[in-house]
Amino acid sequence: MVAVYDRAYQNATRVTRRANPFGFDPVFAALSKAAAITVLVLLAGIMASMIYGGLPAFQTFGLDFLTGTQWDTMNDRYGGLPAIIGTLLTALIAMLIGVPLSIGTAIYLTQLAPAWFKGPVGTAVELLAAVPSIIYGMWGLFVFVPLFAAYFQVPVSNVVEGMPIIGTILYARSPSGLGILSAGIILAFMIVPFIASLTRDMLDQIPTVLRESAYGIGCTTWEVVRHVLLPQAGVSIIGAIMLGLGRALGETMAVTFVIGNANRLSPSIMDPGSTIASRIASEFNEALGLQMNALIGLGCVLFFVTFVVLVIARILVSRVKQY
Amino acid sequence: MSDASTAPAPNAEIKWGRVRQSRRVQDKVLRVFAAGSTMLAVFVLFWILGMLLWKGGQGINLDLFTKITPGPGTQGGGLLNAIVGSIVLTTLGIAIATPIGVMAGTYLAEYGRGSKLADLVRFINDILLSAPSILIGLFVYVVLVMPFQGYSGWAGSIALAIIALPVIVRTTEDMLRLVPNGLREAAAALGAPSSVVIRQVCWRAAKAGIVTGILLALARIAGETAPLLFTALNNSFWFNANLTGGISNLPVTIYAFASAPYDNWQQLAWAGALLITATILVLSVSARALINRK
Repeated sequence: MVAVYDRAYQNATRVTRRANPFGFDPVFAALSKAAAITVLVLLAGIMASMIYGGLPAFQTFGLDFLTGTQWDTMNDRYGGLPAIIGTLLTALIAMLIGVPLSIGTAIYLTQLAPAWFKGPVGTAVELLAAVPSIIYGMWGLFVFVPLFAAYFQVPVSNVVEGMPIIGTILYARSPSGLGILSAGIILAFMIVPFIASLTRDMLDQIPTVLRESAYGIGCTTWEVVRHVLLPQAGVSIIGAIMLGLGRALGETMAVTFVIGNANRLSPSIMDPGSTIASRIASEFNEALGLQMNALIGLGCVLFFVTFVVLVIARILVSRVKQY
Repeated sequence: MSDASTAPAPNAEIKWGRVRQSRRVQDKVLRVFAAGSTMLAVFVLFWILGMLLWKGGQGINLDLFTKITPGPGTQGGGLLNAIVGSIVLTTLGIAIATPIGVMAGTYLAEYGRGSKLADLVRFINDILLSAPSILIGLFVYVVLVMPFQGYSGWAGSIALAIIALPVIVRTTEDMLRLVPNGLREAAAALGAPSSVVIRQVCWRAAKAGIVTGILLALARIAGETAPLLFTALNNSFWFNANLTGGISNLPVTIYAFASAPYDNWQQLAWAGALLITATILVLSVSARALINRK
């Protein structure tokens, strides 16, 4: 620290001698402000380019672009509904599986794990978040999907075949393992480290006194979690969940590997489908003219959905920081 | 509890005393579920790493680093061009993002404290931080690839820079906020102008943190595939030094080779996946070590 002071002193004395109102100081301030504004320009640019690129598709098909179920490259007719539903459905499955797992992990890491165990396990969970999307995709396609097909899809399909409703939703016509449900499960594993480490940080911020007084009057761990910790951290945990949702909605490579990239709308979550991101990833490089506009239009839809989700998430997360 | 301590009872009874059965069960369920979900997450991590070592480890040899990607139906080959291309793209991406990110973070923590603009930038930066990377690829395509009629290494590295930028902004701001105000005041009292205070005192004090942010950003963009699909694209040749035209890179090569019908392509995809994941994990772990050392 002394070195820092000394250096600052030397430099400060050196610079003051030639300091003047038109010197480097205002330039530096202006540069840093310009850099900050770049961030705003980037987001505005992304929004504008999505609208600009997607406009021809919106104009040609109108509301049909959102509600149409045909994605027909031969006749240049594009309806985004299968991809939009696929996006929402995979994200929903990911949340249903991933959220309880994440909260469980966060509770274990903050309340239950022995002290020597917390560090390594916490790091492992964070490293899971660093594994790139494409690796999850390869793991999904070559390891998870075959197991899923053999030990889940086939038996479940045999059991539910012919049942009303469940027989439609869970029946796999071709049990290849690829499909909406597999994509949702892979997504769940991808968002767990994300939500879990955010939730852990929030639970860690809750004053220990609160927890200890609850234990002191004889609460069980469940009661402490349910009646003290969760209500305290409630809003920000919802924010963390929404951040995970934002990630699940836009996740591309892993989903592209395992969802099967089918264009049609199927009533069964065991069947192949597509999400907005997977459709863009698999078609964009061969797309021409209106098809390209339609894909950017889908990107525009994805942008606004994730934008709303992320705005809500950030508001919820930021509200609880001050203890 | 007093009954339990006098009467001889099994251990569990002593611990629980006279607690209602349903509460005990509830608590047990929570403990088992919480431990189970943590174990599942750790298990998945080791499963993925094990798979990469098993399948990718067989493909690690000298050819991988000395030969370029093979054409369809040919034998052998390596990933030299993809590795070099990836290094060039990520280095350029970080080189573009670092000055802008550090300066923007400096604005948020120093000049813009409490201003409306800083609040807005911070909020938008947090959104950009979690924006889907494929949309950033589309954006760069619309802005840079479409007008200039061609994929290029520049477009790819700019897409990566846009992904790295919010990470650097965020960590720079957080780290500068940890610098005690006393340091700033001391420097200012010596007559140093604000730019000197920031560069010579604040940046210096926050150096380890800022470097951590850059490492984290590097780890983030090293494995990004989606934004490169429509910007840098890919090719199977030695890259040309002026970065016009498609440039081969590891993630897109892995994507293309992983589900290809040729054995040597698949083997290369696994080896590449192992390389990329190992690099990213080393970067994340060293970033963590760097920040914990302080």
